[in-house]
Formats: sequence, C-alpha cells, structure tokens
Amino acid sequence: MRAPLSWLREFVDIPANITSEQISDGLIRVGFEVEEIIEAGAGLTGPLKFAKVLSIEEITEFKKPIRYVGLDCGEKETRYVICGATNFTVGDLIVAALPGAVLPGDFHIAARETYGKTSNGMICSSRELGLGDDHSGIMVFAEGDVEIGADAITGLEINDTIFDIAVNPDRGYALSIRGVAREVAGSLNLKYSDPVDALRKIAFSDSGKGVTAKIEDPNSASVFYLRTLSNFDPSAKTPMWMRRRIEKMGMRSISLVVDVTNYVMLELGQPLHAFDKAKISGGLTIKRAGKGQPFTTLDGQVRQLDPDDLMVCDDKQPLALAGTMGGQSSEISESTTDIALEAVRFDPVCVARNSRRHKLSSEASRRLERSVDPSLAEFASARFVQLLTAHSSAVHVATVVAGEPKYAPVIKLDPAFIPKLLGLEVSKDEIARVLRVIGCDVDEKSFTVDPPAWRSDLLTQTDLAEEVARMIGYDKIPSILPPRPKHASLTPTQKRRRAIAAMLAARGLAEVQTFPFTNQETIDQMGFVGDRAATYRIANPMSEEAPLMRVHLVPGLIEVAARNISRGAKDFAIFEMGSIFRSSQKLTPAVSPEIGSRPDAKTIAAIYASVPPQAFHVAGLLVGKTESEDWQGKARSYNWQDAIAYAQDILQLCNLQWTIKRSDFAPWHPGRCAELIVDGKAVAHAGEIHPRIIAKYGLPERSAAFAVGLSALPDSDIVRPLRVGTMPAAVQDVALIVDSSVSAQDVESALRAGAGELLESIALFDRYDKIGDGKISLAFTLTFRASDRTLTGAEVSAMRESAVLAAAKATGAVLRTN
Amino acid sequence: MNPADIKRWIAAAETAFASAKDLDELKAARLAHLGDKSDISLANRALGSMAADEKASAGKIIGEGKAAITAALQVATAKLEAERDAKVLLEEIVDITLPVNRSHRGGLHPISIIKNEISDFFIEQGYSVEEGPELESGWLNFDALNIPADHPARTMQDTFYIEPVGSGMVLRTQTSPVQIRSMLQHEPPIYMICPGRTFRADELDATHSPVFHQVEGLVVDKGITMAHLKGTLDNFAQAMFGPDVTTRLRPSFFPFTEPSAEVDIFFNGRWIEWGGCGMVNPIVLQTCGIDTEVYSGFAFGMGLERTLMVRHNVTDMHDIVEGDLRFTRQFGVGL
Repeated sequence: MRAPLSWLREFVDIPANITSEQISDGLIRVGFEVEEIIEAGAGLTGPLKFAKVLSIEEITEFKKPIRYVGLDCGEKETRYVICGATNFTVGDLIVAALPGAVLPGDFHIAARETYGKTSNGMICSSRELGLGDDHSGIMVFAEGDVEIGADAITGLEINDTIFDIAVNPDRGYALSIRGVAREVAGSLNLKYSDPVDALRKIAFSDSGKGVTAKIEDPNSASVFYLRTLSNFDPSAKTPMWMRRRIEKMGMRSISLVVDVTNYVMLELGQPLHAFDKAKISGGLTIKRAGKGQPFTTLDGQVRQLDPDDLMVCDDKQPLALAGTMGGQSSEISESTTDIALEAVRFDPVCVARNSRRHKLSSEASRRLERSVDPSLAEFASARFVQLLTAHSSAVHVATVVAGEPKYAPVIKLDPAFIPKLLGLEVSKDEIARVLRVIGCDVDEKSFTVDPPAWRSDLLTQTDLAEEVARMIGYDKIPSILPPRPKHASLTPTQKRRRAIAAMLAARGLAEVQTFPFTNQETIDQMGFVGDRAATYRIANPMSEEAPLMRVHLVPGLIEVAARNISRGAKDFAIFEMGSIFRSSQKLTPAVSPEIGSRPDAKTIAAIYASVPPQAFHVAGLLVGKTESEDWQGKARSYNWQDAIAYAQDILQLCNLQWTIKRSDFAPWHPGRCAELIVDGKAVAHAGEIHPRIIAKYGLPERSAAFAVGLSALPDSDIVRPLRVGTMPAAVQDVALIVDSSVSAQDVESALRAGAGELLESIALFDRYDKIGDGKISLAFTLTFRASDRTLTGAEVSAMRESAVLAAAKATGAVLRTN
Repeated sequence: MNPADIKRWIAAAETAFASAKDLDELKAARLAHLGDKSDISLANRALGSMAADEKASAGKIIGEGKAAITAALQVATAKLEAERDAKVLLEEIVDITLPVNRSHRGGLHPISIIKNEISDFFIEQGYSVEEGPELESGWLNFDALNIPADHPARTMQDTFYIEPVGSGMVLRTQTSPVQIRSMLQHEPPIYMICPGRTFRADELDATHSPVFHQVEGLVVDKGITMAHLKGTLDNFAQAMFGPDVTTRLRPSFFPFTEPSAEVDIFFNGRWIEWGGCGMVNPIVLQTCGIDTEVYSGFAFGMGLERTLMVRHNVTDMHDIVEGDLRFTRQFGVGL
C-alpha cells in the first residue's frame, strides 16, 4: 500500500518540522513496515511549464510522424518545439520542459537543431516526467485544469514523499489513505480528521427509479448500496489532481467513472464497481453462479465459473465476479451515460474463494478478503456520487439499499488483564486513551469497549492488549527472563543422533542436507520396488522433475556426489541424516475439528493416526580413495568392507548387538551387500553400490554406501559391566578349512559356542582362499581367561578342542594341519 | 699395602676415564684401571695371603679405592653415553613440516551445527527439544494455529500439498505444529523448542529455498508475560550474535499470536529482521485444552538459514543447500 505524504496531510495535521523518516519510524513502531520511502520528483528540475498548443506543422519527410509545434508557455513569444507524439491537437493543454530542465534519468533539455528545425524544449509524457508508466502519448489536460505558463512541478504536485507500506492481513483498514493517516496520527500523537465524518451528513434526493438491489444469502454480503446516476457525459475528463493521486498510488488513470471508483477505494478502502446501467437487464442480485458457465472479466479473460462463485447478477446473467473483478459485458464504455454504482460489504471468505479459484487477486479482492468497514458501503458510494456529480454532468437518480451493516460486538475488558499479559504497568486511563486513539468507544465505568466499524479484527481482550501495546510502544515492555523450569536434557534418541553425526564427521565424512524430493525415474533406476518404491506425491511440486517424496537417502547422496565430482572432487565421503517417506499407509480424508476447544481424545487420535510414519535414517556414501595420495604413497580405494564397518560402528556406538547376513537389496551390489539385524529386524544395509548405478551416475568403481534406519533401532539397555579379570590370559590359534560358501560369522559363532564361558574374545586373523576345491581357510585367535585362577594347559586344550568340534559340527570345518 | 699407592691408582684411573674420548676408549681405560690385571684388582687378590689383623685394614682401604674408581667410571660413562645419544638423535632429525595428514576432512553441515548450538542453549535454560513429522496434518499445521482455510494468512505461506489434496496432508510450512503436538500431549508448564525442516513453495535463489529450517520456541506457564518473551529473545540473541547485539520488537501479525511482533536485531551496524514472535493466542491454547484463565504463553520462531547467513555472512543460499564439500568443510564440527 502506498501513501503519498501530500494526501496524508489532508487528514492529519503534520507539522512542517516532522521528517519523512519520523513518519516512517512512527509507522514501523505501530506495526506497519515501511518498505520504501519514495522521493517522487527527486530526479526532476525545471523549468517545467503548462502550455497551450497554438500551431502544429506536420513534417512528413521522415519515417515517423514528426510535428513542429508552436506553444504558448505564458511567454511573450511563441515557443517552437519538435515532438514525435500525435495524441494532441491545437488548443490542447500540455506540459513542456524548457531548456535547462533536467528530467528523470539525468536527461538534460537544451535548445537543439533537429529535423531541420530548432527545438526549444520538449513536450512531455507522464513517463518522461517519472509520473507513471503511461507512455501512450504526451499528457493532455482539460481546460480549467491548469494555468498556462504556470510551474508544472507545483501544478502536478510532482514533488512528494510516498511511503510504500506492507500491510498485515489483519489490518485491511490500512489499505486506504484514511487508515494509514489514522496510524500516522496515532503514532506521532497528531490531530486526525476522519474523511468519513463529512460524508455522514450527505443525503441525495431521489429523482427517479433506481436499479434494484438484492442479497440472496445474507451470509455472503451484509449490506449492498446501489446508486443510480444518469445524464453522464462520457467525454468528461478526470481532474488533474485526482489523476495524479491515482498515479502516485501506482495505478493508472482510465476514465472518469473508473478513476472515481478507484480514487474512493484508495481514499476510504471500500472497493466500488460501476456498471453501465444500459447493459443491466432488470435489477442486481448478489448470488452464487449456480452452474459452471463461461464468464469474461474486465481483463478480457474468459473464465469458467464454479457453481459456488459469488456473483453480482442481473435478471439474466452474471455481471461481475463479486468483490474481485467486473465483467466485460456491463463495462463502462465511451458511450456510457447511465451508471449503477455498487458498494457492498462482501463476506471476506466468499471473496477469498472467488479470488483463489480464479487465481485473480485484484485491488478490490485484496481489500475485501481482509474485511472492509461495513459502514463504508454507504459512505464510499456517497463519496462516489459527490465526486462524479462535481466533476461531470452526472446526476443522482436513486439509491437502493439491501441488507444492513453488521458490526462486531462490544468487548468487556478487565483493565488488569492488559498489564498482566504485557508485563508492563499501564493505568486504566492510559488504556482508555489509547483505545480511543484507534477509534474505540470506551465506557470507563464498566470498561466495555466498542471497537470501531473498520476493526472487525478486534474481538477479544487480547486483541485490545495488542492495540494498547503497539500504541504505547513495544520498546516500553521490560526484558525479564521467565521462571526457570526444571532441568532438561536431550532425549536418548537425540543424543544418539548427535553422537553418530560427530563420529562420522570425525572420521572424515562431511554431512550434507539434500531436498527430500525425488522422481519415478530415480526410484526405478535405483531398483527400488514394492513397498520401498511407494511414496507420496506433491500436488504442486516446484518442478515436475521432483514431484515425489524420497524413499531412501542414498539417491540424494549420489546426486550430491555427482555434483561434487563435476566440480573437480575425486575422493570423499559424505553422509546425511533425515526422514524418508515411504507410503506405508493410504492417506485418509482430513480430520478438521473446530478450534476454540480441545477436540475429544478420539478425534486427536484420528488426527495423529492420519499422519503417516516417517522413518529417520542416516546414510553415507564412500567415493574414490580412503585418503589422498601424496608423497607418503598410494592410498587404497573405499570398498564394501568400509561401508559395512561404518554401519557396524553406528550400531556399536548405540551399544547394540547384531547379526549379519548377505542380502540382495537395492541400490547395492547383489553379492556385496550386508544386512545387519537387531532383535530380528533388518535395521541397516551396507556394501558396494550396484555397478549399474555407479556407471549411470559416473561414480568411481566400487563406490560403497551404508544406510541405517535409526528410528528402527531399539533403545540400548543400561550397561551392567562384568568385573575385569586380572588373572593371565591363555591364547590359542586355530585354523579351519571350510567350504567357501560358509560365512565367517557362522564359523565364529560355532567356535564361540563351543569354547564355553571362559572364552574372552575371538578374532579372525587370517583368511586364505587359494586352497582350491572350493575351500577356504579361516584362522582365529581364541583368548581364554578365568577370573579366579590361572588356566592350566589341559583346561585350555580342552576348551580349544570343544570349540573346533562345535565348528566342525555346525559348518563342516576341519582343522588345518599344514 | 701402601695407601699412597691406592691414591695414585685412583688419580690415574680418574684421569684416564676423564680423558676417554668415546665409549671404546673408556672401555680400554676401564680394563686398565679396574680389570682383573689392574693394580687395584691385583692388590685385592693379594689380600688372601695376608695375616688376619693386616687383612682387615688393607681390605677396607682397597674396597674404598675400588669404589672411588667405579664411581669415576660411572660419571665418565654417563657423560659419554649422553654424547653418543645426542649424536644419534641429531642424525635422525626429520622435516616435521611435511604434510602428513591425508585423511579426508569431515564435518557437520552448518545447519546441524547451529541447530545443536541453539538446542544446547535452550536445554541449559531448562527447555526440551521437541520434534515432529515433516509431512504433517493440515489441521496441526494451520487450523489449530488459528489459520482458517480461507484466511489470507494461509496464502502468506505457499504450501506444498500432498495428493490426494482432500487428505489435508502438507509439507509443514513451519515447525509450529510441533508446538500444538506438545500442548496436546503435555500439561503446562511447557518450555520447549522445536528445530526442524520446513517447506514453502519458493523458488531457490540467493536468499530463499523451498526447503529450509526453523527453530521455534514455546513457553506456557502461570504468569507468563510479554516481558518474559522479550527477556528470552534478548538472551537468545546475545547467545547467537554476541553480547553487543540489541533486539527490537515491531508489532506484526501472526494468527497464532496476539500481540504479535517481528524480532529485529541490530547487528553489524544495521537492523536485520530475524524472526517472529508473540503471546500465544488464547484460541490456540484453548484448542489444546489449556485453561487460559490460569496459563499464558509466548512463542517465537526464526529461520536457521537466515541466522547462519547473518552471523557468518553467507551471501548465497545455494552454498547451504548444494552439498558442495568445499563449503561444508569450512565449518568443521563447530562454528
């Protein structure tokens, strides 16, 4: 919302010594963000004069039309200038920049020879003067609007300060000069005069029968003023001052009738719509479209109406998309003489839906969906009649009213409530004073507060507390720490995540965060199928390239790796922690209970249940060499073992026990993927990435990855450590020959089981696969220890033999003898 | 036995040991002065043939002499060994400036680091750190926060909707649904923060990302005032931006707070918008079943990317979201 200082001054007594920065600071203090202070006319210096066109000589020998124009600039002699525009005739009033003038863009005007003539200045368009973006031609003024030879910089009120203000959705009233002026006055403690006060007394007598007005559903609109005017001369021009104000607000002057509707909307905040009465058949009714049908709005667009769209209709057809945009069929034209002026307090939700359904946000809908002062339908339409009849031949015929304005109820205020909420002493008197500044009626005996018509957002004591706080100033509220609650700490899950991240980071993995979006092609390429491929689709994705929610972290890591490789990185390791979104459950219709009281337990449970579970994972990708090669020598490449080791490290860090087995699992190499199982549940996978994917994304061969489902991990049990034994250990090595299909884990488990309770640890120290015959050798070191004695040789031998026997039984292992 | 002889032998041994240039020379000197054939050893051997009364006094003198020579040998040995060691170590000198660490440099993402830092700060104040789902019920993300379906406030945030749209599921536009979940699940007093990932349909550019992070805080207790909100924000701002930072609250609008405010910080010579805050709107408390006659509360929310960008002068959002290792590694595991 823009607000020119010159217009604000009409309603606020702003002393000359108050700067625009002070006004801006005041607005910011009371909650209006000033995005820009525009110094209009800053790049413009005169002489700039109003002049009358005395003669036009068309020069025809050039490619484009050129005119040699004689001007009366209020000087003794006629001034001649060259002009390329043709939208004016002899007798028209225009603006001329004389030699010495500087136009915006540092454009210096000087007498110059051109097209074989001497041009002693320039006739200006509004764009050349920086007044607007209208470059359809030079500016032409009506007789009586301007004075020949007068300074046009003053005459056009070019020098002005324009505040560009961000208005929050609860403050629709400030989408008007009336509203902003009130805030300026309130924030700087200045005198304010409400333009509506003067309109309260206006009455127009009926001289004929007006167009009838009807509201079908009182919930869609509370009050409908319809003013009929006739005898309008369509050649009437918008007065210069009005046009300039409209331009300063960033809008364009269109025609007198349309300009007056816009002017009144900008001044008071009530959108108005003018119909060509000749094109209305019968009366006007506010009602739903009822059926889908095409409708052409003023912007020339054909829109398919929704049966629920709120429309202003005549007896035959819809004429306007209510509160949003008028229709082309009843538009004011160059031949309009009779006018029906609509001013309605539409229901904000109806307008918001109209606007959203047709993706059409207009100046009108923006105001109406933020709620407009219900009393304004009357006063703004009166203001329209007042202005149009003053500036044209139009006369008021009749005013028809349907419905009546509805106002917000009074609020019972406990004056002690406000200091209690703010933590700031505020006296009753001060509360009453501030509330009156913003327009409330306050009965100080009972402390009932009647909010002003334009503040439909003031419904509760809390709303009044905000008003008091912002007018007194948020800076007056002291800064105090709240009472200190009991201790808190991270949850075990949170601590676990942190520890895992810190461990991975300390071991050379860099954390990345990727967007959790993906597409079907990626899911297919990774080889995800069934439940692991099913996910949720975004109805309105940023891009059709990523309309789905991710089902796994590794694809995102691969994408980041490919990006880093494309930027020159070769050897690195990365990880990510985050949610994945497999669609384990079908989404159900939304559960949306009323707010204001706690929904019942069943409803709350249904809301929780409607949100699908979202597993939290950590995944890592290992690319290239494990360390950089340098003067110290070569480095080895990451491989499947590294990935499995990281996955195991994570489980170990969580103090969990697991078993391991080979798994054919996307996106891994089917023969080189480990599945780690905790409490019977597969919680992690790790190994070499599938060669097909490695080739597709240009990763180094044998790149490896791990993924651990952190939310699937059980809590770790409290640790109850064994006493540390101080007796000497006995160490025994055994080498066993087994089929190469036998897993090391099975042999180790059998040895462990056979060795008995005194086995302290077991470690595979050699694996030899060159024996042939499909056999391999696995060599283990067994360490035995008793807590109370030194083990005898006989005891140790017996335990070793028992271990070997168990391995033989379970896996067919035979003791290697050579 | 002539004590003068013994003294002479001692002196000779001392001289020989002291003048040995290295351990080999010292060995020769030791054999000469302390070996089997040395004067003192021979004298010692001769004791056996002496009469008992003479033997005692001579033995004492020889013993003392031998001890003196041995002591001199120890001194010389220690000195020469130290010299030898020093020489060897000198030869083993290496260039310790050579680049030796060739392991990859890991690190946490700066958003994780700042999230941890904020969590630690509030935990220390007695707040819990709460989390919630990113794919969230529209009722929790909007309705319960007093953002009705057709209110302009809902279009303030461009929401990603999940199909079917009738499910009301959205990618949460804010972490506020976690506040609602907390209030529905716990009785006051509630002191919590909820850092997390949020989504809005903004194009990725230098300052916006469709996927970003917020931290919100919520306090609901007896007698909570707006002064407490200010105190908390001042404390938080100083923890984030240093002791010299000042904050400013500007009246603003959020459907879930009343009064509402924007929080600005004065940092590096200018006012910067940091986040939003306010006193929890009673309708929100009531929706969660909290008695507004007894309890009041405040809430605030900030963008983590914004906090990071302001504090560390990160000028382009792309660096934060692209995962380029050259960016992330600069942060290590702390900021």
